[in-house]
Amino acid sequence: MKLLRTAIVSAAVLSAGTAYGQISDNLIKIGVLSDMSGLYADLGGPGSVLAARLAVEDFDAKGKGLNVEIIGGDHQNKADIGSNLARTWIDTEKVDVIVDVPNSGVALAVAEVVRDKNKVFLANGPASSDLTGAKCTPNNIHWTYDTWALANGTGNAIVKTGGKTWFFLTADYAFGHALERDTTAVINKNGGKVVGSVRHPLNTQDFSSFLLQAQASKAQIVGLANAGGDTINSIKQASEFGIVSGGQNLAGLLVFLTDVHALGLKTAQGLIFTEAWYWDMNDANRAFAKRFAAQNGGKYPTMIHAGVYASVLHYLKAVQALKSDDGKAVVAKMKEMPTEDPLFGKGTIRVDGRHIHDMYLFEVKKPDESKGPWDYYKLRATIPAAEAFRPLNEGNCPLVKG
Amino acid sequence: MIFDLLGVPPQALFGQLLLGLINGSFYALLSLGLAVIFGMLNIINFAHGAQYMLGAFCAYFLLQFAGINYWLALIIAPIVVGAFGIVLERLFLKHLYKLDHLYGLLLTFGIALILEGIFRRYFGSSGIPYSPPQLLTGGYNLGFMYLPKYRAWVVICSLTVCLLTWFMIEKTRLGAYLRAATENPTLVRAFGINVPRMITLTYGFGVGLAALAGVMAAPIYNVSPQMGASLIIVVFAVVVIGGMGSIMGAIVTGFSLGIIEGLTKVFFPQASNTVIFVIMVIVLLTRPAGLFGRTT
Repeated sequence: MKLLRTAIVSAAVLSAGTAYGQISDNLIKIGVLSDMSGLYADLGGPGSVLAARLAVEDFDAKGKGLNVEIIGGDHQNKADIGSNLARTWIDTEKVDVIVDVPNSGVALAVAEVVRDKNKVFLANGPASSDLTGAKCTPNNIHWTYDTWALANGTGNAIVKTGGKTWFFLTADYAFGHALERDTTAVINKNGGKVVGSVRHPLNTQDFSSFLLQAQASKAQIVGLANAGGDTINSIKQASEFGIVSGGQNLAGLLVFLTDVHALGLKTAQGLIFTEAWYWDMNDANRAFAKRFAAQNGGKYPTMIHAGVYASVLHYLKAVQALKSDDGKAVVAKMKEMPTEDPLFGKGTIRVDGRHIHDMYLFEVKKPDESKGPWDYYKLRATIPAAEAFRPLNEGNCPLVKG
Repeated sequence: MIFDLLGVPPQALFGQLLLGLINGSFYALLSLGLAVIFGMLNIINFAHGAQYMLGAFCAYFLLQFAGINYWLALIIAPIVVGAFGIVLERLFLKHLYKLDHLYGLLLTFGIALILEGIFRRYFGSSGIPYSPPQLLTGGYNLGFMYLPKYRAWVVICSLTVCLLTWFMIEKTRLGAYLRAATENPTLVRAFGINVPRMITLTYGFGVGLAALAGVMAAPIYNVSPQMGASLIIVVFAVVVIGGMGSIMGAIVTGFSLGIIEGLTKVFFPQASNTVIFVIMVIVLLTRPAGLFGRTT
């Protein structure tokens, strides 16, 4: 259906700088590769292109004499289309850095292309913790979140409040598998048990059959190891089939602001999940959200959009400091420089490419607690940066020595 | 005993069969509209998914901006979207009847992409919630499963509409005119029947059926621009399996494929979105005209 939909959006910020001798074509080209039209388009998609543009504006590339151009493309959630587009971008469009790429399946393929071509990959959309684990590359930064952090945040919180038996509804591809694996590890470690799981195809409309299997399993917790449109439909239909009124509880392992918006508070209230960023936490976030929403048809930014903004900003700083756009060198510089930006504050990037920051456990507000659209979360707990991500030596990343 | 062999408790199996029937009722309703349009107009209506999506959005707009509830939307939305279909037919489709099927397919496919793109621009891809009517919230505990009232309503409503449509086309005088007009329009015109108008109204009716399915789907799935795109391919497979243009074929195949898909979700969930196409391949190899199609 989507063959004809590869939309190329382009926004150029051009100036005539000459100070950067080592920069190929005297131009930094950012390729935002995302799901522009499918089930993940709201949580990344065109909003990620906008976030990258805002980062370029705030970096004041023009004022610093750096030529920066942004293009966007649709990978349609297909690994072959995504990696082909990435290859074309790098070979013929001279793209230096690929950003976002929600859908871990596509992201793992793109990471290989980027490594072969020695460019940079700023992963924000994808979740699989393999990107900084067994599949880590010296050209890759994983910024916003990953499956280990989600499992650690949500899984821990739920098992510790008594949710001992679990049944998974898992999206049947790299992301779902990684999320189920990482959450299962957390459950087992805390003395819980996984009594079953069912793997559904990506982009499923009807979840009733899977929910019925979850119901029959009598597990206390139905864990949703899926994302975007799949999460929305499974939560909505779980409420229709009386999963919660029947005594089971839902654990949305990956829930975005746009998912809650699409579900409405009446259905989503009480859900607990882990996120890296929420707009209504401090003045800087609020200011960014307002500015973003004004240019995004009123839709507020998700944590992925915030991550795209912050990672592009840090990338440009590293390029400026290095006066070069060589892939490995820039990524090494990004890891060496401490990160600081308005949205994620101060942080670091580890040798395996993992950006380290606080994660937050949120609960969705009840309809009467919300002051209006987009006022959806209340903070349950902050997971400090040191505990939020998988310990460096447990990921099996070849870049980590010893 | 057979249940032990399959390794699935009978309760679960009954539940899945019932769910399959429910999903099948959407397939049936949508493929029915497609079959009517193809049978009478020879147009492969690829905009059917988008028109289904329009029906759901129409119900949402009616509720949001006019306070019109679900029950009225069930009647108004198909009429509004059907009227839109009539405009499409008058403006574009009527020029294509003499050409190859492919032209109609390309035109309607393009229309579908444009419509979905416009709605995605304004409403995003995640969609908007739409609550089921008060009367149909809650559900029945059947012992082997929990059946939401709303889903029971969908099966009953869809079956009724399907059978009424079949009856109208196969058993009434109006239906006889329609069928005659597709066989030999010139002759039917000679009897003083306004064939072009009848064709236009038929297209409007087929589109209205899609919109009706859209309204019924709104409380189950989120009202989203993609809701039709993900369904339309499956529905086309249903029509092809049933036999292009066969009304009863579309209905029976719609329900039975819903059930087969439901069973796949129990035994091999990963394959649940491909099983229908596997069946399509087998049917096309053995009976190229489809299960209920007439070879002409």
